[in-house]
Amino acid sequence: MFSSVILIPAVLNGLMTGAVYALVALGLTLIYGVLHIINFAHGALLSAAMFAAFFAFRLLGLDPYVAAFLIAPLFFALGYGLQRFIIGPASHGDDRNMLLVTLGLAVVIENALLYAFRADTRTIDLPYAFETINVGFTFLAIPRLVGFAAVFVVALALWAIMNLTDTGKAIRAVAKERLGAQLSGIDVAHIYAMTFGLGTACVAIAACLLMPTFYVNPTVGNAFVLVAFTIVVLGGMGSVPGALIGGLVVGVVESLSGLFLGESLGQIGIFLIFIAVLLVRPTGLFGAKA
Amino acid sequence: MKGLTPIFLVVAVLAAVPLVVQSNTALNFLVVTLLIALAGQGWNILGGYGGQYSFGHAAFFGTGAYVTAILQVRYGVNAWPGFAAGIAAGALVGAVIGALTFRAGLRGSYFALVTLAFAEVLRIVASVTPITGAGVGTLIKLDLRASALQFDSRAVFYWVILALMAVSLLVAHAVERSRFGAWLIAVRENEDAARALGVDTFKVKLGAMTISAAITAASGCFYAQYFLFVDSGIAYGTRMSIEALLTPIIGGAGTVFGPLVGALAVKALGEGATYIAGDAPGLNLIVYGCVLVLVIAFAPRGLVGVFSGLRRYLPGGRREVAHG
Repeated sequence: MFSSVILIPAVLNGLMTGAVYALVALGLTLIYGVLHIINFAHGALLSAAMFAAFFAFRLLGLDPYVAAFLIAPLFFALGYGLQRFIIGPASHGDDRNMLLVTLGLAVVIENALLYAFRADTRTIDLPYAFETINVGFTFLAIPRLVGFAAVFVVALALWAIMNLTDTGKAIRAVAKERLGAQLSGIDVAHIYAMTFGLGTACVAIAACLLMPTFYVNPTVGNAFVLVAFTIVVLGGMGSVPGALIGGLVVGVVESLSGLFLGESLGQIGIFLIFIAVLLVRPTGLFGAKA
Repeated sequence: MKGLTPIFLVVAVLAAVPLVVQSNTALNFLVVTLLIALAGQGWNILGGYGGQYSFGHAAFFGTGAYVTAILQVRYGVNAWPGFAAGIAAGALVGAVIGALTFRAGLRGSYFALVTLAFAEVLRIVASVTPITGAGVGTLIKLDLRASALQFDSRAVFYWVILALMAVSLLVAHAVERSRFGAWLIAVRENEDAARALGVDTFKVKLGAMTISAAITAASGCFYAQYFLFVDSGIAYGTRMSIEALLTPIIGGAGTVFGPLVGALAVKALGEGATYIAGDAPGLNLIVYGCVLVLVIAFAPRGLVGVFSGLRRYLPGGRREVAHG
């Protein structure tokens, strides 16, 4: 067995990676909760946002943490536009079509990135990327700590939007009862697009949190999104606390199974959890009974 | 025998192509097109007729390809039984995944997700286990004899894949005309209503998934024999899953000729884009993705639907009953 000197950092690292997973999953679960479809373009949007953060640093010299304040609104607008002008009209209100359209968008975005930037893997150099702080019993990496804190700020902001603003109330109304919301004068197409925009903004912030320590290439988002699917399924589709807790759990599981089984088999651990949860309890651990 | 005439006509015309076209490039293009069309026909049985949208048909394609290759390379099995075993293995994988997912009652988004996850698990397993050649892949020895199911002429390969395609067209036709097909379409249109009317929806979906997997696996087996190489990315990669659903959706899901028409359209567009913009990575798939979104937006019944829609404006054309 491994001693606690290795186990504790592995668990803590898992928690902090898990927080960023949770943020990606938050966007996914938000969109699922309202539109009742899985957004297969989520991964491609994450890759695109990471490229945006990369170029914000390279061309404008913006630190990714600062760039988040620019990229998040930009991706909110992008997400809004995609849902309002492409996904919504193209799918004629049919769920299966919506799935296919998001898949089509994923293919287009991912390959447009590949076409523009080639398959090269890029990184940025930041002075603090490998700095750690000593918390007594172990060391914590600063970028991961920042990411961990930022995710909770974002979750809190999202909670505030959902509960304190009229748009948030409308989003929750549409999620609960679409037709009723429409009859009360809520513009459903607009709310769908707002939700999609918020989900995309979550992904953009996650990208900015990842960029200091991670690399970017046109398919980088897929790895995260498959994990995010797992989290969303684990936490219950559409459940926000489920996504947060699921993210942390999956981060720790990945970190530990990577430690015990090795890198590539560690990935399988996540998929097996994913399939097992889907088969045994498809509504997730926190989701309501369908 | 209603509806069989168009199948015979189309196959006969396609079979005559190598007598006119001698260019290896052109024949290669047609072989790859038919390969994708066959994989798509598999998807079409489950997705087109049954409405169960799988995002992981690579699981069956890859199993067919790997079993064909591994039996020959590691166990010295002849290619012909190897090919049959590949199809059987693909069908088995389909039946197992189908039994698990349909028993759990997964539909729509969930079904798409779980099939995607199964394909990914298989890809990761295939990329690390020694029997598949792990990261290196499996190479089938060149042995250009009919007894080894390898031919030195592209035309023969073309006729082989065309024969497989013809069988799949007949299967789709048989499904469409049978009671089983009616149940399957009922499941697509409204699963709860179908069950209320006494359709055993679990059995119907499972049957469709098994047939579907077998057809897509056949495409994988042919891939192994034609290219003589399989690795985890080719076999179980998401690209194959996407192409398998792209062709029937674009051609017309739930129609006999949809996958064939879709594959021709998609491959021709891909080649056209390469011709105009040069061979750049990702270009083909950008075109595929755009076409997918455009078709769903403007021709939800696919190209076959567009053609049958146009036919009523032709002199002497009869009105077709709308068919989803």
